[in-house]
Parts: sequence; structure tokens; C-alpha cells
Amino acid sequence: MNAIPMSVTVNGEAHALTVPPHETLIECLRDRLGLLGVKKSCDVQVCGACTVLVDDRPVSACTVLAFEARGKHVRTIEGLAHGDDLHPVQEAFVEHGALQCGFCTPGMIMATVALLAENPSPTADEVKHYMRGNICRCTGYKRIVEAILAASERLATGPRTTDGG
Amino acid sequence: MLRPFELCEPASVAEASELLLRHGEAARIYAGGTELILAMKEGLIHYDYLVNVKTVPGLAGVRLDADGSLRIGAATPHRVLERDPSVSERFPAIARMEADVANVRVREVGTLGGNLCFAEPHADPGALLQVFDATVRLERKGGARTIPLERLFVGPFETCLEGDELLTEIVVPPLAPRSAAVYLKFGFLERPSVGVGVAVTLADGHVADARIAVGSVGPVPRRMRDAEARLQDRPVADSEAALAEAGRIAARASDAITDLHGSAEYKEHLVGVLLRRAFQAALAAVAGSERR
Ligand SMILES: Cc1cc2nc3c(=O)[nH]c(=O)nc-3n(C[C@H](O)[C@H](O)[C@H](O)COP(=O)(O)OP(=O)(O)OC[C@H]3O[C@@H](n4cnc5c(N)ncnc54)[C@H](O)[C@@H]3O)c2cc1C
Ligand code: FES
Ligand code: FES
Repeated sequence: MNAIPMSVTVNGEAHALTVPPHETLIECLRDRLGLLGVKKSCDVQVCGACTVLVDDRPVSACTVLAFEARGKHVRTIEGLAHGDDLHPVQEAFVEHGALQCGFCTPGMIMATVALLAENPSPTADEVKHYMRGNICRCTGYKRIVEAILAASERLATGPRTTDGG
Repeated sequence: MLRPFELCEPASVAEASELLLRHGEAARIYAGGTELILAMKEGLIHYDYLVNVKTVPGLAGVRLDADGSLRIGAATPHRVLERDPSVSERFPAIARMEADVANVRVREVGTLGGNLCFAEPHADPGALLQVFDATVRLERKGGARTIPLERLFVGPFETCLEGDELLTEIVVPPLAPRSAAVYLKFGFLERPSVGVGVAVTLADGHVADARIAVGSVGPVPRRMRDAEARLQDRPVADSEAALAEAGRIAARASDAITDLHGSAEYKEHLVGVLLRRAFQAALAAVAGSERR
């Protein structure tokens, strides 16, 4: 087993780590870095609870290997808010009641951040297509779609010009 | 939990091939890992060495050749094919098919080469790419061959790749003028139950060329040449009966398997339905492109 040295930026903070090749990204983020907002549910890339962004691209942290993040920027739910100042996508989810148990929420929000970076004004159908791989057992999705559309408007008109990061 | 393995990062195809030869059954190519790592996490398979093809220069990317062929590096992720302007402009059916593979996370990481080499029967690209007469380039240290994509698939999860061979490139020739391709699928699980690809070329109100491929239904995606013959040279205005007959022939020839994705009978029925819809959509697409 070879150990892989890597530098990686997580939520803006630089880390120098050495990981074995078989370490998954979720193990690295949760167990090494204590980022417990990254959730594991299905473990087979179906549910999206573990969605994090690697260089702004959404990936399943449950299955992507940690070493794949070398030299890259990883963002998790912990990296969105500035203190008590929530990210516009988080605000929209709260305001629209787009969560119940909340287990899917970090992944939903990270996928939304990726969607809106790529397509700032999606239609409801585009939202549903992009979010197809993020499963929620509680809400029935209606409020999630509403929150995402509201977040898109907020980001277009709101005070922050970037996605908050 | 994943069992430990060694990661190899070769600098060339020859070096990758050499690693496969040296370690034999203990080594496997690793691209996006979206299939491989899942199977290894489940403990279904284990390899002591994974050979990363993503770090081999030149294996990822898409380009158009002077003759209009699309050349796709094996390590190109689905998401790139979904979004690349040369794919969506020249090969819209491929861009659309790619946009509906799996979910966005799998498409960001999973590659076209990994999809084809895994040869999971329930998959999309293998069927659609066959109606373009796509070929694949297989390379090993000291040799290369190019074969029709059709011949890559030997059985479920089985390809004709030799132990030390890599898939390096997929080449998709353009369709003739006055042609269109359409891919339709249906499924209720993560992966498709049935997928049908169709390409038609029109000339003087006739079907000058019809190509049909069916995937997900049987053990391997296949061209349906007997069904194609039913549509060949038919007047477009009078293709309805031939289309129904072609659907029946394709359904029978698809070797439908009863599994979690539906009964054989159900899938055979869907082959006929999707074939008709895809053919009509392709006719409409040719007509539409001529009105513009
Ligand atoms: C939840 C989920 C849903 C999915 N839904 C769909 C769907 O709707 N339609 C569909 O078509 N597919 C679907 N897939 C499959 C998906 O497309 C594949 O997982 C992906 O394309 C595989 O690519 P990879 O690069 O991750 O392959 P890997 O997992 O890295 O490799 C897969 C296999 O191919 C071999 N291999 C890879 N590259 C090469 C090469 N260049 N030369 C030789 N051998 C190679 C590897 O050794 C391995 O055996 C789904 C997958 C998941 C997990
Ligand atoms: S836990 Fe990773 S996709 Fe479900
Ligand atoms: S809020 Fe419970 S799973 Fe989505």
C-alpha cells in the first residue's frame, strides 16, 4: 500500500495530508478533518447525501477516492456560511421550509450551489433534472424546488455578487 | 470498507499496459472508479493494483477530425460530452443521451471508456454509438487495433479486451447529409430497462439508410440488421406497417432477459414502442433541420 502525499484546500483552508489510496473522500473529510456535515446514506452514489464540490464540480464523497482531491479545492456545507451569515441557498432552504429531518440537506444545498454556478437562472425542469440524483425521504421535493428557484433569484438580485464563497 | 490496494500512475499507455501484464489478474485499470470502487467496496472483487488512466496524457478530451468524425478519449467524463459544443452541435443525439446517464455526480466522474469497458448490460452509450458505426481503438505495449464498437461487447460484464489492452479512443463518424439519430430509453430503477437508438437517412422521400440498435434488454447492446432491412428503401409516407414489423423483429432479436428491470415480455414490448417513437422522432428531426 502506497501513501499519497497531497495538498488540498478545504473550505478555503490549505491542508497537507498523506492518504492511503483506498481512503474515500468522505472518510478524509469526516474522520480526518471533522467535517461532519458530509453525510453518508446509500454509499452507492444514488442518494446525494454525501455531495461535496471538488473544484466546483459535484461528486459523491462516499465513492470518490480522497487522493483525487490533490491540488484541488473542496467545498462542504461547512464552508458556505460566514459566521451566522448564511449563504443565500441556505437562507432560501430555511425560508421555504425545504427540509424536515435535514439529513439530505447538506448534499441538496451543495448540489444547488453547483447548479447555480453553472446555470444561474434554471427553469423548474432544469432544477429537477440536475437534482435527480439527490434523494429526500421527507419533503416530497416541492419546497426544495421552490427554494432553489428562490435562491437563484436571490443570487441574481441580492447584495452578494458571488456564490458566497 | 475498501481493502487496501496500491495505486499506479503510469505516464503512458505502454507503461499502463506493462503494469497490467506484470501484475496480471491482480491489477485493473481505474478511470472514474464509479463502477470499480463500488464493486470493491461491496467486496465483490478485489485488485491489489489499480492503474489510473486519468493521469496518462492525451486519454481525455474530445475533438472533431477534418472529416467530421468525433474522436473521444476513453477517459473523457460523461459531463464533458454532455456539454461540449462540438458534440451538441454535430452529434446532438449523443449530447442528449449523455445528459441522461445516471446522475450529475456520476457523470462528472464516470468516463465513457469506463462505461463501455465495464459492459454492464444496463447502459446507454453502447447502443446509441452503434448506430453511428462507431469504432474503438484498443492499445497495448507494442500494438494497436481498431474494431467496430459492436465487437467490443462479448457478454454481460465481458469485453474482447486482452489482459494488457486498454481502450484509448472512441471514433464516431458523422452521419450522411439528410440524417438524424435519436436515442430513447425507459426505466424505473437507476439504470435503463430498455434503450433504443435509431439513425435514418432520407433520399427522395425514401429511407435511404436505417440503423437500429437495442441496449439494456439482452446481454449486450446490438445492431438489429434484420429489422433495419424492413425499413430500408421504404417510402417515408408508407413506413407505418414496416415499422411495426421492424419492432417485432428487433424485440425477438434482442434476447430479452427477465430481471429486476422487468420481464422479458415487457421489455420486448417496449422495444417496439421505443423503436417506433425514435424512428418518427428521427424523421421529424431531418424534416426540421431542412425547414431551417
Ligand atoms: C448510480 C449509478 C447510475 C448509473 N446510471 C447509468 C445510466 O443510466 N446509464 C448508463 O449508461 N450508465 C449508468 N451508470 C454507469 C456509469 O456510466 C459508469 O459508472 C461510468 O461511466 C463508468 O466509468 P468509470 O470511468 O467510472 O469506470 P471505472 O469504474 O473506473 O471502470 C469500470 C471498468 O472499466 C475498466 N476500464 C475503465 N477504463 C478503461 C480503459 N480505458 N481501458 C480498459 N479498461 C477500462 C475498469 O478496469 C473497470 O473494470 C450508472 C452508474 C451509477 C453508479
Ligand atoms: S451516500 Fe454517497 S450518494 Fe448516497
Ligand atoms: S429532509 Fe429528511 S431526507 Fe430530506
